[in-house]
Amino acid sequence: MDDRIAIKVEGICKSYKATRALQDINLEIKSGELFGLIGPDGAGKTSLFRILTTLSLADSGKASVEGKDVVENYADIRRTIGYMPGHFALYQDLSVEENLKFYATVFGTSVEENYDTIKEIYSQIEMFKDRRARDLSGGMKQKLALCCALVHKPEVLFLDEPTTGVDAVSRREFWAMLARIKASGVTIFVSTPYMDEAGLCDRIALILNGKIIGQGSPEEIRSRYPYKIYAARGENMFNILKTLRPLDGVVQCSSFGCECHVSVSEDGPGEGELLSVLDAAGINGCTIEPIEAGIEDCFIGLS
Amino acid sequence: MEANEKTVVIRGLVKRFGNFTAVDHISFEVSKGEIFGFLGANGAGKTTAIRILCGLSVPTSGEGTVAGFSIKNQQESIKKHIGYMSQKFSLYSDLKVWENIELFGGIYGLSDKQIKEKISSMLKALSMEDARDMFVRDMPLGWKQKLAFSIAMVHDPQIVFLDEPTGGVDPVTRRNFWEMIYEAASRGVTVFVTTHYMDEAEYCDRVSIMVDGRIEALGSPSQLKMQYGAVNMDEVFTKIAGRPGKQQ
Repeated sequence: MDDRIAIKVEGICKSYKATRALQDINLEIKSGELFGLIGPDGAGKTSLFRILTTLSLADSGKASVEGKDVVENYADIRRTIGYMPGHFALYQDLSVEENLKFYATVFGTSVEENYDTIKEIYSQIEMFKDRRARDLSGGMKQKLALCCALVHKPEVLFLDEPTTGVDAVSRREFWAMLARIKASGVTIFVSTPYMDEAGLCDRIALILNGKIIGQGSPEEIRSRYPYKIYAARGENMFNILKTLRPLDGVVQCSSFGCECHVSVSEDGPGEGELLSVLDAAGINGCTIEPIEAGIEDCFIGLS
Repeated sequence: MEANEKTVVIRGLVKRFGNFTAVDHISFEVSKGEIFGFLGANGAGKTTAIRILCGLSVPTSGEGTVAGFSIKNQQESIKKHIGYMSQKFSLYSDLKVWENIELFGGIYGLSDKQIKEKISSMLKALSMEDARDMFVRDMPLGWKQKLAFSIAMVHDPQIVFLDEPTGGVDPVTRRNFWEMIYEAASRGVTVFVTTHYMDEAEYCDRVSIMVDGRIEALGSPSQLKMQYGAVNMDEVFTKIAGRPGKQQ
C-alpha cells in the first residue's frame, strides 16, 4: 500500500426531490487499500457509488478516481475501474462464458489476455461455462459478476453490496477472494450492510441517513467508543434488556446474539451493581464481564 | 391453551422439481408461541419449504399441518390463517397508513366494522394516530417495519412467517424489530423466521439448519452450541453449512 490517493471525495451532496441522499461526504481512499462503506439500506451507499462510477451527477462537491475528475474525465474513469452493482450485472440469457466474453470485448480486451487476473475465481465456475447466468446459484452468480468486473484488469474495483442476501458461509468465502484481489494491488471500495464485515477492511466509513458518522481503521473506530461496556449473559435476554435499560448511567443496552451489551457512563453502575439489579428482579444465574466495543456497538452509539 | 399445542407439524416432506430434490424428507414441529428460526445456506431449500408451509406450493410427498390445516389439500385455508412478511415486500408505499390496513384487512376477509376497529386499535397500539394519513413511502424504516409486522397479523393469525424481515436494516431498527417479535410470541403467536444474521439465530427458541434439502441440525441455540462445541451460532452454522456440499 502506498500513499497515493485512489479515490477522493470532497463535499459531495446529492438530493432526490426532498430526500437528502448524501450530505457533505468527504473521503480519501489510498491506493491498494480495501475500504468499506458500511451502513443500512437507504443510507446513501449506492448513490455515492453511482457518482464515483460516473453514472450519476452530484448536486455539489467534487470527486476523483485515480486523479481523474468524475465529471470531466468520466470516459477515462470508466476504462480504469471495475464495477459490480448491487443487483447482478449479468445478462441472464447469456451463458457464463458469453457474459465474460461480452465484458472483455466491451473493454477492448479478451478473456485470454487477462486470464491470470480472473483465473483463481473463474476456475471455480469454469465447469459451468455453458450454463446460462439465470440458472446459476447465488454464489456462482456472484463469482461470475466479480470475474466480469475484473476481466479488463481495473485499477480500482467498486463493489456495491456484493454480499447482501448471501449466507454467512458464502460471505466468508467472498471476503477471502477480496483479500486475494487486494494482494494483487487493486484498490477496492466495497459497501455492505453487515457490520461484522467491517473488521475485514483496512479502513471503513460508517454511513447513515446520507451522512458519514465515523471513519478510520476498524481499530481506531472501536478505540474511540466513549463508554465502558459489559456483556451480560443469561437465559432470558428480553428480561435482561428490559431490566437493565432503564437504569441510571446505562447509556445503551442492546442484544448481541446470546449476549446483551450494556454501555455505562463514567459514574454508571459497575459489574457488581448490574448483577445485583438482575438478581433483585429475579433473573438469576447471569454473568457479566467487561468487553471491548465492536463496530456494531460503535454504529449504534453514533446513530 | 394447551402447553404442547403444535402450530406446525411436518412429516417426511419432499419436493422434487424434475430430477432435482429441493426438499428431501424433512420433519419438524413448531409449538404455539415459539420463535422458530429456519436457517440454511442459499439454495439449501428454505424458500421451497416455506412456500409449501404457506400453501403456495404442493409437496411431492409427505404430509403435515399448518395452523391445523393440511399442506396437501387445504392450501386455501392455510393462506387465510397465517401471516406473512418479508423485507422485500410488505406494504404498498403509495397508499396511506390507514389504507394499507384497510387493504390487507379486506384481503383477509375482515368485515367493514372489524376493519374500522382494526385501524383505530392498530394505530393506537403503534402510537401512529398522527401518522394515519401519511404515505408509507414517507415513513422512516423503523415505522414501516412496525406497521408491516402489525399488518401481517391484522387477521389475528396463529402463526406469522417472517422471511428475512431484517435484511439490510440498521442495527437499532433491527433490534427494535426483534423486541416486537418477542412481544408477539409472548402473546402466543407462533413466529417462523428466516435470517442471514447469525446473532438473530441466538434469539430464537429453537433453530433448524437446512443443508442440501435436509434438516441437518435442530434444537435450541444452547443445545446446538453444546452439540457442535461452538461458542456462538455463527460457528455452529459454519460447521454445518460450511462443509463442501454437493456440486450443482
